[in-house]
Amino acid sequence: MWEYSPKVIEHFMNPRNVGEIEDPDAEAQVGSFVCGDMIKLQLKINDQGIITDAKFKTFGCGAAIASASVLTEMIIGKSVDEVAGISNEDIIRELGGLPEAKIHCSVMGADALRSALEDYYAKQGLQPPPEMDTSPLVCHCFGVTQNKIRNAIFAYHLRTVDEVTTYTKAGGGCGKCKEEIQKIINATLGEQVAEPPELVAVQKRPLTNLQRMKMIEDVIEKEIRPQLQADGGDIKLVDIKDNIVQVEMLGTCRECPVSPVTIKQYVEQKLRELVDNEILVEEVK
Amino acid sequence: MIKNVIYLDNNATTRVAPEVVEAMKPFLTDYYGNPSSMHTFGGQVRKLLNQAKEQIADLIGARSIEEIIITANATESNNAAFWGTLESYPEKRHIITTKVEHPSVLNVAQFWERKGYRVSWLGVDSQGRLDIDELRAAITPHTALVSIMYANNETGVVFPIEEIGKIVKAHGVVFHVDGVQAIGKIPINLENSTIDLLSLSGHKLHAPKGVGVLYIRRGTRFQPYMIGGHQEYTRRAGTENVPGIIGLGKACELAKKSIKEETSRVKYLRDKLEQAILMKVPDSRVNGAETERLPNTSSISFEGVEGESILLMLDREGICASSGSACTTGSIEPSHVLRAMGVPYNYVHGTVRLSLSRYTTEEEIDTVIEVLPGIIERLRELSPLWKSKR
Repeated sequence: MWEYSPKVIEHFMNPRNVGEIEDPDAEAQVGSFVCGDMIKLQLKINDQGIITDAKFKTFGCGAAIASASVLTEMIIGKSVDEVAGISNEDIIRELGGLPEAKIHCSVMGADALRSALEDYYAKQGLQPPPEMDTSPLVCHCFGVTQNKIRNAIFAYHLRTVDEVTTYTKAGGGCGKCKEEIQKIINATLGEQVAEPPELVAVQKRPLTNLQRMKMIEDVIEKEIRPQLQADGGDIKLVDIKDNIVQVEMLGTCRECPVSPVTIKQYVEQKLRELVDNEILVEEVK
Repeated sequence: MIKNVIYLDNNATTRVAPEVVEAMKPFLTDYYGNPSSMHTFGGQVRKLLNQAKEQIADLIGARSIEEIIITANATESNNAAFWGTLESYPEKRHIITTKVEHPSVLNVAQFWERKGYRVSWLGVDSQGRLDIDELRAAITPHTALVSIMYANNETGVVFPIEEIGKIVKAHGVVFHVDGVQAIGKIPINLENSTIDLLSLSGHKLHAPKGVGVLYIRRGTRFQPYMIGGHQEYTRRAGTENVPGIIGLGKACELAKKSIKEETSRVKYLRDKLEQAILMKVPDSRVNGAETERLPNTSSISFEGVEGESILLMLDREGICASSGSACTTGSIEPSHVLRAMGVPYNYVHGTVRLSLSRYTTEEEIDTVIEVLPGIIERLRELSPLWKSKR
């Protein structure tokens, strides 16, 4: 069943500013019919950079139509610089929320606006304002940028390509960009992990045994387990003897033929990186 | 409660027939005995339960009630058909099924595929028809099971089950048929059939949810998958869902009487609906129109619009339908059935399924004929694809 807010239904049933502008100052089309979602946005912009008119056409579900409709209301009468930072979260807020499965539908509206403004700035020979996302496009089906994916990974603590697809739509079309998304996840999570100051700070002083054990426990609990759990696996700390950390692999990891690789290249690597370079990880069954 | 709806989603589930409700009532009040009990109070329930099974057996032409195994739903029946057969022939590691099965067969076959079985996935042509030669070529001495649906839930396309069965049985392979959409809508007689295992679901034929059947032809090897008591001839242990089974029995009795109506009046309404929509809405198509279909099902695709928005607008008019695609995760998954048929992308997303029942009235169909073309027109005005085409 659809759990759409009254405002979504209202915009879906009575969409504003549908149609085309004869001589637009900026326009963009994102999405494709293969993916089942497409939007065309056209803008009329005066000499002061004020958006005097906006028209859209959308092929898509109720949420996609309502998102585009509400977006036109959000930008008409505003200056291009004012609206350059509008994100899909802003659109969702304006709509009074969207069901989680539909969040990606609002993304296309924000992307259409971004592309249309890029078109405008390019035609005018102007530099886009700094708040505008000009990072490279990763998903061409849905026009999702690298920054957008990185931001979603941070904001929603995403760890898998599927999660990124759910939140941003990236990779949900032809799927060609999935490998690239994985790279962005790896890079972004790498940054996240390096950040926690308490771990980095403690690393500089020699550790007491107790501190060291606590840290190993912490890293396994907070860093390693969530990653393995995302793939249906799990890990349990069994014992720590000097430099040897004994773990038990659980869930899908238990049956996994490459679990020795996971232990050496991921678990051990992570513990070495964050706790002690001398650590050796051993599997107990 | 929402009352005044035009319910055209009968392939998803159906209204429980009032006669079925009446038949079930005493079993929720007075007749609460356990049919397995020794005392007369429970024993009388066993007798009535067996009468209900007779009604079920009668609808499908089973030779005895011992061939009727009650389950919780057709998903369980389908799972059981795979488990029961594959465990009976552990040395045979090959399965044949089609690309257009219901998820309760599709995902089960994929499960066994992950377990190391080889699965041959038969394709269909643009009308949703199977290539019998492809089936013939796929069968090997290692084939343990062929599982093919009787009629497709999305398009209503009916497969030539007995023609398929002849080939399967010539190789001595177990033949399972997911009959969920066909039972009660078209006549079927298992007495002289090639079908070994047949799944059916109560709530698709005006019985309540929570009761299904796996028909197992006498002499078919079948490993029980639900272990426990001796119920269902020890093939499916667990105390019987007495009210559900009584309801299903009554529903089968009613279905047997209404099949004629189903193939005449319901078909007339369905055809009227399709012809009117095709005439009133340009660039629309009926999927599987050129082949044999269930009399109640219509899958119509409209170019340039998206299915969910059609459903949402129909919903505002109190019309219940369903669509082929599901925009539930990050991607919009077009229906695997329509993709297997090669329905072009510009049509596939704009598909609605309208499925009628014997309770559907001509007045309701006329309302849909009046409302639907306007909805498509409105959505096409919104669509960038539509304009760019003109």
